[in-house]
Amino acid sequence: MAFGQGRSGGGGRGRGGDKKGGDKAQTQRRTLFRRRKVCKFCADKIDDINYKDVKLLGPFVPERGKILPRRISGTCAMHQRKLQTAIKRARQIALIPYVTD
Amino acid sequence: MADRQYELVYILPPETTEEQVAELHGQLDAVVSRMHGQIEKTDNWGRRRLAYEIAHQKEGVYVLEVINGSGELMKELDRRLRVMDQVIRHLVVRVDREKKVVDRTRSKRQSTSERRRVKRGLPPQRQPGEGRAVEIEDLDQDDRFDGVEA
Repeated sequence: MAFGQGRSGGGGRGRGGDKKGGDKAQTQRRTLFRRRKVCKFCADKIDDINYKDVKLLGPFVPERGKILPRRISGTCAMHQRKLQTAIKRARQIALIPYVTD
Repeated sequence: MADRQYELVYILPPETTEEQVAELHGQLDAVVSRMHGQIEKTDNWGRRRLAYEIAHQKEGVYVLEVINGSGELMKELDRRLRVMDQVIRHLVVRVDREKKVVDRTRSKRQSTSERRRVKRGLPPQRQPGEGRAVEIEDLDQDDRFDGVEA
């Protein structure tokens, strides 16, 4: 039950931005306004996602040490792929942890 | 064959002195020049905290070397670094291809913008004070992701 709810909520979140003025039932269900997500790398025109740049990668590695999924961060597919390799390289030379608990 | 460019990062124990770093650099340089390579840049990042313990160390001295050379050379360097016990971790990454792609996208973006600006009757370069004034709302970059969201 709880799982099903969470999933439908997630779907609504993803579509939230570009649908304006839907029917009343829908707007009521989604009382919380969701801002549109933009890929940080496209917006800031960052071409090079480098594994040495810990400051850049930091926000995409939350406390647990996992790579933040696209659906949360809003990163586009191409940049998420580059981000992924950069984070994995940074982990190898101990700039970013594999796990933290 | 055109030379490839690689980046080599290695970590030494925190108690390593400057001389020891220089000595190791000399050893690597000897190997590189023997195999017709060339070290383009060396960057000592100094002591840094490791994100996790390696060889019971919590800190390490990071050194970055940018090397032009063949794959054979890097293979040899990799083998040597693995054998050396004063190097606690190293990483070799090939960078020339990605660099080229990045340069290309950058110059492409530049030329497109210049072409468009000329078409609109503007000088090709952005003038100071031109464009939309930065609003306070823009400054906090609400659309962009900059941290963990609930």
